[in-house]
Amino acid sequence: MAHVVITSECAAFTGGATEFDIAADNVGRLVTELERRFPGLGEFVEQRMSVAIDGEIHQDAWISPIGPDSEVYLIPRIGGG
Amino acid sequence: MSETLDRPASDLKVVGTRPIRPDGADKVTGRATYGADFNMAGQLVGKILRSPHAHARIVSIDTRKARALPGVKAIITGADLPEVASALHQGGEAAANMRDLAMNVMARDKVLYEGHAVASVAAISNARADEALAAIEVTYEILPHVIEVEDAMRPDAPVLHDHVFTEGVEPKPDKPSNIVKRSGYTRGSLDEGFAAADLVVEGRYTTQAVHQGYIEPHACVASWGADGQCTVWASSQGQFMVQTYCAKVLGLENSNIRVIPAEIGGGFGGKTTVYLEPLALALSKASGAPVKMVMTRDEVFRATGPTSSSVMYVKLGAKSDGTIVAADIELKFQAGAYAGSPVGAACMTALACYDVPNFVITGWDVVTNTPKVAAYRAPGAPIAAFAVESAIDDLARKLGMDPIAIREKNGVVNGAKSAYGPTFQNIGYLETLAAIKDSDHYKAPLGPNQGRGLAAGFWFNIGGLSTGAVHVQEDGSVVVVTSNPDIGGSRAAMAMMAAETLGIPVTNVRPIVADTSSIGFSMLTGGSRTTFATGMAVVQAAETVLADLKRRAAALWDTSIENVAWNDGVATCLDAAKPDAKPLPLSRLALLAGRTGGPISAEASINAQGAGPGFGVHLCDVEVDPETGHVTILRYTAAQDVGRAIHPSYVEGQVQGGAAQGIGWALNEEYIFDRDGKMENPGFLDYRVPVASDLPMIDAILVEVPNPRHPYGVKGVGEVPIVPPLAAVANAVRGATGVRIADLPLSPPRIVAALEKAGG
Repeated sequence: MAHVVITSECAAFTGGATEFDIAADNVGRLVTELERRFPGLGEFVEQRMSVAIDGEIHQDAWISPIGPDSEVYLIPRIGGG
Repeated sequence: MSETLDRPASDLKVVGTRPIRPDGADKVTGRATYGADFNMAGQLVGKILRSPHAHARIVSIDTRKARALPGVKAIITGADLPEVASALHQGGEAAANMRDLAMNVMARDKVLYEGHAVASVAAISNARADEALAAIEVTYEILPHVIEVEDAMRPDAPVLHDHVFTEGVEPKPDKPSNIVKRSGYTRGSLDEGFAAADLVVEGRYTTQAVHQGYIEPHACVASWGADGQCTVWASSQGQFMVQTYCAKVLGLENSNIRVIPAEIGGGFGGKTTVYLEPLALALSKASGAPVKMVMTRDEVFRATGPTSSSVMYVKLGAKSDGTIVAADIELKFQAGAYAGSPVGAACMTALACYDVPNFVITGWDVVTNTPKVAAYRAPGAPIAAFAVESAIDDLARKLGMDPIAIREKNGVVNGAKSAYGPTFQNIGYLETLAAIKDSDHYKAPLGPNQGRGLAAGFWFNIGGLSTGAVHVQEDGSVVVVTSNPDIGGSRAAMAMMAAETLGIPVTNVRPIVADTSSIGFSMLTGGSRTTFATGMAVVQAAETVLADLKRRAAALWDTSIENVAWNDGVATCLDAAKPDAKPLPLSRLALLAGRTGGPISAEASINAQGAGPGFGVHLCDVEVDPETGHVTILRYTAAQDVGRAIHPSYVEGQVQGGAAQGIGWALNEEYIFDRDGKMENPGFLDYRVPVASDLPMIDAILVEVPNPRHPYGVKGVGEVPIVPPLAAVANAVRGATGVRIADLPLSPPRIVAALEKAGG
């Protein structure tokens, strides 16, 4: 089970919970599971968030693998100048 | 994903060298074609009528007199453009609200800042276009306006948008507000952290809106064909971004718009959106002729960019040994007329250099009657770093600690959890601090009225969607095609990585930036992503070509591919049974391509992941004239972990350029508004960017901690160098004067006032 940590702006979808474990082996399946467990969060993540897996930030990378013990952070999407 | 080549630097023959840039001759001889240089037969002049008011309701727009003028071919107002639904879309990098984008391109019912477009004309000449603008009668109902971020947050402030209700607060508000969103990060317990602190420093810091200051103004030519196929020639940071945003604003299919990138004369984030292009297309459709639009410098200042002004509160608690145990940070950022300041990234980066056990970082995104902010190098990070690095400087002074020592003590290392969450890997922050500590500059003595300031900075760097193609010509020379405008030497970097992979001289590689119909999609040039992500695509394409070349050599020798060695652009046969097999250079294989399967080329389209975060440490010496308040930058050294520098000169150029822009932000640059909310200094005479004579040579130290996720170890480099300078300069002025000035810019009047206050 990957350990998932979300930011405060995502916590509105989870009843305030900011950390939980999710069984998902890639980002796409993670987003699907987030939407199933917390309706609206999957879409929110899809539009506004990046997924950091074991310290590496992944953007729009739904096939990026998530290990069984991965550290997963949902963080705002990053742009730049 | 390309596999890491894992080659030591000593094995590299092209990467790390300093060849002449392929676009250099055109640029220094004036032959490069920038946005305003392109012209079409029969083109019209497009111009924009802009609001003279900071906030007003548009009661009516009467264009009849203007339309009656001879030579006026088309007039567009908001009523002529389609309604665009409020929805986020990934057109540039971060998601943008397409309705806000469309409303910023052309106002509908309200104008939200001085300079907001209200009508646009196409005419046969500049003079006739100006005459038409003057003949358009707009009736406004002037509304109260608000410029300063904390004024806009007050409950009684004039509200810009009736549909904006603050996100991220409980209970959910039932009244609209200028506060768009609250965001933030927490760790540990502030109470416990400050209770454990031996020393606390705190301050209120402010920065002003500054413009990206690119020399080339926004410019484009648009042609709407009789068959509905459109072409746009434009200077931007991304031709695909222009294509998508034009399609969204005008309700078109992307495939109906071909965008041909012009050479770009600076962007720095400010050309990651559209202003003119949709209007030029609409005018071209209405007039039946191509339309050229070029902003004046006045328009660039009043209607594009800038970045946010801010008000920030920072409180730090530390043990007597310098260990920072608590941080309470509040950041209030001006978004301009529509939501979307970079305060989110500012919150994420504010403490990114430090491992702090207890903190609360709160950010507020606030709309104001000023131009919608645009990205500016490391958006948000320099602003937050100004406050945090100033506070850390104060902390070090009060503790009697060396400014590097306090940063070493608290600095993040591999395995540390970043303040925004993820665990750092392969970072080089301490190495960068060490580079400054080892520099001659750090040990040099200072004179009277002189001070030395040090500050650090961080930026994530990103990857993303990129395409690169490699085509072998029939003589064995190579063309590399990408779709990222070359802002900082990326053509050279692409050519060098392809040459390194193929084992050929870089002079045999010609890099091209193609239009939206000629190459696959790439995200725009920004986020310090191009050399990393598009470079990765180019390397993958080159690797595919290389594998194909080996296969072809094997076929010509009638042996297996395992018997083919490739060195320095030449295939040699290792098959002992083929003693007569002559080496096949790339030129020979190219000539024989028809016999071995046809043209030799490959294209790679990827979503590059694994961007490595970057850290920079800057050291600045200043001399302050106590009578005039003038600050002279005496010496400046910038060290940065760049992963591996493909072309060190252009990486150094990025570091120097970022430092120069940051120095301008620190010392002189600011938007000044009058009581009516009108900008008072929309030109380079009154908005003072540093020029060459203002600055010493900026010494760049490249620290190379390679990124293992890139074939040649690249990390992004373009944004980190603008993060530390604001605080580095401010800390140097603090050192020279003994007075902490927490408000930028550190202009002479402000310094004189601070010195007088401190002295008396």
